[in-house]
Amino acid sequence: MQLPMKQIVNKHPLAIRWFHWINFPVLGVMIWSGLLIYWANDVYKIGFGDKTLIKFFPQSFYDVFHVPFRLAEGMAYHFVFMWLFFFNGLLYVVYTIFSGEWKYLVPARGSLKEAWLVLLHDLHLKKTKPPQGKYNAAQRITYTAIIVMGIGSILTGLGIYKPVQLGWLTAMFGGYKMSRIIHFALTIGYVLFFLIHIIQVIIAGWNNFRAMVTGFEVVRINEQPITVEPASMAVNEPADSNEDINENEGDSIVIPEPE
Amino acid sequence: MANFVSNLFRSNRKLTVDEFIVKKTITSFFFLFVFFAACIWAWKWVRRQPSQNGSRSDIHAPLRKVLNTNEIIFNKIFSENHHTKTYPASAAVKNVRPNGNIGMSKNFDTATWKMYVIRTNGDTLALTLNDLKKLPKTDVTFNFKCIEGWNQITHWAGVKFSDFIKAYGLNAEASMKYLGLTTPDKEYYVGIDMASAMHPQTILCYELNGRPLPWREGYPLRLIIPVKYGIKHLKRIGTMYFANNRPPDYWAERGYDYYSGL
Repeated sequence: MQLPMKQIVNKHPLAIRWFHWINFPVLGVMIWSGLLIYWANDVYKIGFGDKTLIKFFPQSFYDVFHVPFRLAEGMAYHFVFMWLFFFNGLLYVVYTIFSGEWKYLVPARGSLKEAWLVLLHDLHLKKTKPPQGKYNAAQRITYTAIIVMGIGSILTGLGIYKPVQLGWLTAMFGGYKMSRIIHFALTIGYVLFFLIHIIQVIIAGWNNFRAMVTGFEVVRINEQPITVEPASMAVNEPADSNEDINENEGDSIVIPEPE
Repeated sequence: MANFVSNLFRSNRKLTVDEFIVKKTITSFFFLFVFFAACIWAWKWVRRQPSQNGSRSDIHAPLRKVLNTNEIIFNKIFSENHHTKTYPASAAVKNVRPNGNIGMSKNFDTATWKMYVIRTNGDTLALTLNDLKKLPKTDVTFNFKCIEGWNQITHWAGVKFSDFIKAYGLNAEASMKYLGLTTPDKEYYVGIDMASAMHPQTILCYELNGRPLPWREGYPLRLIIPVKYGIKHLKRIGTMYFANNRPPDYWAERGYDYYSGL
């Protein structure tokens, strides 16, 4: 029986991996310091009429994260890390444009419909999923939306930061109060994105996660497609050589040592 | 296993796919680990740094340095011609939210109150409210912004600060970098860059909603400076002075941005 041959396929360029991992702690500090600021005027809630469904945030939440009475500290960190958040995001956008990576990242024609099919598949409502490139349609839409959100955070943030000198920006987002609400809502959006992102990464598995660190994904080039008919299962059962890291004849592709 | 890994990094021979995968995975994760370790180290380093003035209530010096740099950067877009949005006086709220009464001690004699203006030549002007009321009156209805994050449309009136400077011939004083204000009891004090003080919407304010300032809003005279957060709108002005170095500022000493410009 022939073992499947492994091939290394480059997925994420080094620059994009760095932008991604730098953004992780930076956005973390922005959200944390933003929370310290929000606490000083924590007036937002979701509800209708007199009924409150969600209050941002319950006292117990503040206590767990040691939020109360740290407005000055929160503002200081926010106005330091805003630069890192801004420049890292700007470099990412510039890089994706000039490297051509944007082609994999922006929604293509039919992405909306395809994303719906991806969603049905991920929710286990549908067995098959549309063929994918580097990113599936749902990822294309999400990863583009998150950039639009980032731009929104920076612009509404500037509008709140300098509402007199950059008054036109504040006005563009519906005034000071509305800018603050949008700025807050976008942050809630990041947290939701993060939660779904983590779940998806766990489901997608090690090969996908490793690609965000090493840059490459491992594919088996002569792997038989797994068919769903029970009759053929026994015949085409693929040999799993995942744990087999010793040299063997099956892995015959030799990759030269990178410089 | 250990032998297998060490061989990957020792030899110059060509690697198999599996060897390449293991080697690249180890090195890449190592760099990611180093990056996170550096982040944690930098974070702890910042939080170990003392504040610039040694005060324990102030923020760490590296953060303060960036805030001061932000001031220089955002001062480039500062212009007197950028005005805060104004509203008709009828849009102003009736119940103005007071916030903070530091410097407003109870044993304060309104009858003997004067605003003392310390001139650069050492002279001191002592001005009464009537002296100021003789100057042209300016009003402003704007969205007052507290550093806590709330805001309120409020209607204030008094003497435009730049009119006051002109009327009393304080040109030498206005050419200095900072304006300093303190309450009569010296408990509350602010420092303001001169460009912001001379902004056409900055007023020495003695009226709220067309009536004399209420006690809790700083009777008899307060500062209204729409290009700053509320912390700079000092209530009950006692002494005014001018300096080229930053005058002490109550909230800046407690960790807030000195500039606090909007």
